[in-house]
Amino acid sequence: MDIRLNQLTMQFEEMTAVDRMTTTINNGELVSLLGPSGCGKSTTLMLLSGLYKPTSGEIFFGDKNVTRLDAEKRKIGMVFQNYALYPHLSVLKNIMFPLRMQKVPKKEARERAIEMAALVRIDHLLKRKPAQLSGGQQQRVAIARALVKKPKLLLLDEPLSNLDARLRLEMREEIRRIQQEVGITAVFVTHDQEEALSISDRVMLMNAGSIQQDSTPQQMYKKPVNEFVASFLGNPPINLMTVERMEARQYKLENSAQMVLLPERLNHERVRVGVRPEDLYLTDKDSGLLSGKVLHIETIGRDTMIRLKIGNTSVRALVDPKHQLQTGDICTLGADRDNIHYFDCDTGERVNVEKEAQGDADTADVEEYA
Amino acid sequence: MAKEALSKGTIYLLLTLGAVFMVLPFLWMISSSLKSPNEVMAMPPVWIPSQLNWDNYSEALRIAPFDKYFINSVIVTVLSTIGELLTTILAAYAFARIYFYGREIVFAVLLGTMMVPSEVLLIPNFVTLSNLGWIDSYKALIIPWTASVFAIFLLRQFFFGVPKELSYAAKVDGCSEFRFLWYVMVPLAKPALITIALLKVINSWNAFLWPLIVTNSQEMRTLPVGLSAFTTEAGIKYELLMAASSMVVLPMLILFFIMQKYIVAGVARTGLKG
Ligand SMILES: Nc1ncnc2c1ncn2[C@@H]1O[C@H](COP(=O)(O)OP(=O)(O)OP(=O)(O)O)[C@@H](O)[C@H]1O
Ligand SMILES: [Mg+2]
Repeated sequence: MDIRLNQLTMQFEEMTAVDRMTTTINNGELVSLLGPSGCGKSTTLMLLSGLYKPTSGEIFFGDKNVTRLDAEKRKIGMVFQNYALYPHLSVLKNIMFPLRMQKVPKKEARERAIEMAALVRIDHLLKRKPAQLSGGQQQRVAIARALVKKPKLLLLDEPLSNLDARLRLEMREEIRRIQQEVGITAVFVTHDQEEALSISDRVMLMNAGSIQQDSTPQQMYKKPVNEFVASFLGNPPINLMTVERMEARQYKLENSAQMVLLPERLNHERVRVGVRPEDLYLTDKDSGLLSGKVLHIETIGRDTMIRLKIGNTSVRALVDPKHQLQTGDICTLGADRDNIHYFDCDTGERVNVEKEAQGDADTADVEEYA
Repeated sequence: MAKEALSKGTIYLLLTLGAVFMVLPFLWMISSSLKSPNEVMAMPPVWIPSQLNWDNYSEALRIAPFDKYFINSVIVTVLSTIGELLTTILAAYAFARIYFYGREIVFAVLLGTMMVPSEVLLIPNFVTLSNLGWIDSYKALIIPWTASVFAIFLLRQFFFGVPKELSYAAKVDGCSEFRFLWYVMVPLAKPALITIALLKVINSWNAFLWPLIVTNSQEMRTLPVGLSAFTTEAGIKYELLMAASSMVVLPMLILFFIMQKYIVAGVARTGLKG
């Protein structure tokens, strides 16, 4: 069952929590809703579940318009951030609850609940009360309860945020395993980019109620459609700087005398340039993008992170630790042209140069795709 | 350490003294209820009766229909407690979870009524009931006491503490609002409900002024009223009066011993005395 959102909008008094959202979630996909706090992720999920009704716009489950359909009729399973298990019921009773509400006979409900408990690997805990379980176990119970009635759509609202780092890693793999084993369409809300990028087929990055980019994780990372997406993803964050054209490919860093040599000719007099720290490497002066003085060196795992001062901006780069660098050294950084992103100074939209890169660099003018 | 032990000792000493003072009248009552008429008035007082006169109890029961009073008290207490629990659960849920126009104002007005001393309401309530023709009936004894703003307030606060996601989860699971209330909220609120019920039972069992006003016939009297009437009926037979009093107090004492844990927790919760 595909799920289609059409111009979905949700307004709370003055606040527009979800703004004209249009997208399609394909059958069997796991889609992440990613974005900063307050961007409307939970609200979107509540709209999908039917717990909130939208101000305007439509939701289709398959061919059926479910916009005004109540939650209990939508055949969905939902997992909440705080799990929302019924504290007075045992694990087994918790998982049986949705079935009992559907008047499934007790015996059958029991069997199906036990089967589901086995799938999420908590069948040894059936008699316990939620308070006697660890966070990860409660999480599994919540998933089992959401799946036991065989929903068409599984909604998860930051299900991992209450877990410690190791468990989070384990549980996100578990969620992926269960989702694929059951073959259910799932929407997963998170504000953790790594979580979103690692488990989902597709990521929808939201900001201020609207989708910024809706693509595969790799695509989002490699080709951010605007400055927000570029700066939201990646840790350490992408380096962004504003440059002004001097001549041809020679640009000057704004508010400084520092020169930046871009590998492309752009139509823009002023443009925002973004390069991820991991895409920068040390090189010699001629092929370099920019150069500056090393301010700070630190070791992050296997890499060395250096911070350069270039004009008034500082630029982070992850470099090979075999280079013997000292603070105070002057060094030059380069980047592959595919890894350099350009954004419009005013709109923040991506300035695309792909076409030009393939053609003749001297004759073809830069084409832009907003 | 020594200082701590000392202060602990002092605390226990004070508590023991307090307990003795509290218990003494009860012991005196029970002891007197088993004395002979001479011993009751004896000077200096006799603590332990030379002979246990259990007859006092049957004699008291013969003079006044305490069994009837007892049954009345049980009926009134049980029904008004059940009634109060029902209205409290429904009202508290509505005030905590259902959005309707003017909800906060209605609730504020309800809370405002708590400021009115109950004695002030005695006359208007009596007039209302007599216009309804309910005087001297169970209806008069029970129905005015089947709602309590304080209980609603207490339970509403408890309901506020239940995470909203729980009701969302239930809704997604296909549970109607009414079912959610009975299957999830009420079991969760058990401690608060026990507190409310216990306070109610104690108050209802001991209620005196209202039953006195709305009952005329002996058949409708509850224990406290019956006991008060008995003071006139028994005259100066203190041993009979004490026997009757013991019978009135006993059920509450038993209840207290069984439910001690909940009563203590309840009193701590509400910051009220029972
Ligand atoms: N019931 C509500 N009434 C009024 N405003 C609301 C309500 N629910 C959400 N909002 C507002 O809508 C916006 C989006 O909220 P939402 O809960 O969807 O954010 P979110 O992306 O889930 O954030 P978080 O990551 O912090 O959970 C927020 O600005 C929030 O204040
Ligand atoms: Mg949220």
